[in-house]
Amino acid sequence: MNAVVAHARKLSGAPSFTSLVTVVLLVAMLLVGGALYEGFLSLQVMLNLLIDNAFLLVIAIGMGFVILSGGIDLSVGAVLALSTMIAAWLLQVAHWPPLAVIATVLALGFLFGGGMGAVIHYFRLQPFIVTLAGMFLARGLCYLISIESITIEDPLFVAMSQTQIPFFGGFLSPGALIALAMLACAVWLAHYSGFGRAVYAVGGNEQSAAMMGLSVGRTKILVYAFSGLCASLAGLLFAFYMLSGYGLHAQGTELDAIAAVVIGGTLLTGGYGYILGALSGVLVLGTIQTLIAFDGTLSSWWTKIVIGGLLFVFCVVQRVMAFKSK
Amino acid sequence: MIVKEQPPVAAATPAAKPIAPIPASLLSRALAHHLFRPLAALAALLLIDFLLIPGFFRLEIKDGHLYGSLVDIVNRAAPLMLAAIGMTLVIATRGIDISVGAVVALSGTVASMLIGGTMVIKDGVPVYVAETPMLLAMAAALGAALLCGLWNGLLVAGLGLQPIVATLILMVAGRGLAQLLTDGQIVTVYYQPFFFLGSGYLFGLPFALFVVAAVFGVTALLLRHTALGLFIQAVGINPVAARLAGIRTAALIVFVYVFAACCAGMAGLMISSNVKSADANNAGLMLELDAILAVTLGGTSLAGGKFSLAGSIIGALIIQTLTYTIYSLGVPPEVNMVVKSVVVFLVCMSQSDQFKSLWKRRAA
Repeated sequence: MNAVVAHARKLSGAPSFTSLVTVVLLVAMLLVGGALYEGFLSLQVMLNLLIDNAFLLVIAIGMGFVILSGGIDLSVGAVLALSTMIAAWLLQVAHWPPLAVIATVLALGFLFGGGMGAVIHYFRLQPFIVTLAGMFLARGLCYLISIESITIEDPLFVAMSQTQIPFFGGFLSPGALIALAMLACAVWLAHYSGFGRAVYAVGGNEQSAAMMGLSVGRTKILVYAFSGLCASLAGLLFAFYMLSGYGLHAQGTELDAIAAVVIGGTLLTGGYGYILGALSGVLVLGTIQTLIAFDGTLSSWWTKIVIGGLLFVFCVVQRVMAFKSK
Repeated sequence: MIVKEQPPVAAATPAAKPIAPIPASLLSRALAHHLFRPLAALAALLLIDFLLIPGFFRLEIKDGHLYGSLVDIVNRAAPLMLAAIGMTLVIATRGIDISVGAVVALSGTVASMLIGGTMVIKDGVPVYVAETPMLLAMAAALGAALLCGLWNGLLVAGLGLQPIVATLILMVAGRGLAQLLTDGQIVTVYYQPFFFLGSGYLFGLPFALFVVAAVFGVTALLLRHTALGLFIQAVGINPVAARLAGIRTAALIVFVYVFAACCAGMAGLMISSNVKSADANNAGLMLELDAILAVTLGGTSLAGGKFSLAGSIIGALIIQTLTYTIYSLGVPPEVNMVVKSVVVFLVCMSQSDQFKSLWKRRAA
């Protein structure tokens, strides 16, 4: 795969091909939406895309790192739900101060992901089965805390939910800004830090990364810990957004996140892609939902079918590119 | 003939022997048997049930049917056993099929919509009439499942996508398609003969068990008495070597995905027949995870190659017994997921070489 990637880089323009396709697709969808529906191309509709999908963006960032390292994390949706549940329980039942709750939830997410990473690395297990078990565990733990949904009434969380930050005539939610800040950090981490370079190297070829003297184990564990951290941050954003903790929150989000990362141009085999692609992937998914909502006659299950179709097309494009560059 | 002398599971024993220098007494041979751990786990669970649940092993005959907890467990495990049989072959080729639940929903929906059924009063007697002949409807449902399997197989073997991603596409879109067919509604069936598949009795035993036994028997025969089992194992151990040795790897991989989807389709028919309706949203939800868990518990390695059909059946029984135990002990059913996940962690870790060497070092 490494050789393929090296070849792909030599072909002029080829590396960013799928990322470019995604951006073109996004613009085309927005234009079609603008032509079909009145008021679709307003600034606030665009900003709402970010507000409604802030949690998905954060999850997709973490998933981006995992996929770049050649793994997969199926537990993110469940960790998100568990984070909303722990936050709600700590706030409403244990009456902890909100900042302590936020710190605790983030630390737990980091540890949960790191634990899975350690099992994957030390026992040489396939990432999908370990994270699948992690998904079961996190969802199960949600129900151990409470089967019912817990409503959050903490003033800080309510303020986070209701504040509207003016933005060129429209407004953004604090959650969306946090997601964008996270994206900026992640882009720096991926492209300008030693950790990011190690992730790309491990994803490209684990053996050569080890021979280069990179600490493969540390990188892999940190990647899953980072994904867990992102999932718990997404959980907090989700709690701001919904003002509740519930074990059934965000079911199937892991699939949306994988779809967003793939559509954003990251190779599923690892080692190649842009973290920024997560943004375009999430925006494409959000635009599909908005288009279907604007249409009004199409039912919500069309979203699933269209996302499945898009995932298929992008996988095919990735494979064709790989064949070509051979 | 070669296959007959080397059943797929037997191949693992010679590899294991040099590691254990203990003289091969009867006990150690039983301990080394691939079905020992799953059977021991099942026995331990049954022992807990025997001690804690009064009358657990009681069987009685009412109206010519056999009743009891054991029958109930086996009956409820039937769809899972079917899905696990299909999943075993997929995992044996180093694959994975996470679209099982979606295929269950799709096939149940197709059958229920085609059968539908209305009550007509004929000569003063209510008669249930199917909209489409039942066998045709069931064939259509299995056909839909077959197409799903073909799609998965072509993506994996033809395009070379990783199995988890290839089947992810159908997992997302399949349920959407089923909802599209039913317009998001739950389809109810009013045709008596259809219910026989999921809740009928034959010779005093649930009919579903005969279906599972038939599928298991046919699969086992196919694997042991043709070269299929050997080929599947060869592809799982080393796909490239298998191809160079002249095995048509691509066709074989397409076959296992089609087979798994057909098993899932049958499970879908069974589930919708049992609940007399098709729910595109919830039918077979998380069934793929249970099927993977059953296969893992049965001793089939997720790394492909060595596999055990009987182990998967035992795995499915372990899962159902666990669920039954948790419900009857009055523990909140939500604990079930936590227990399952811990079991998966432990089983997977105990399968890994790192764990084994750790264990040996400690024993030495």
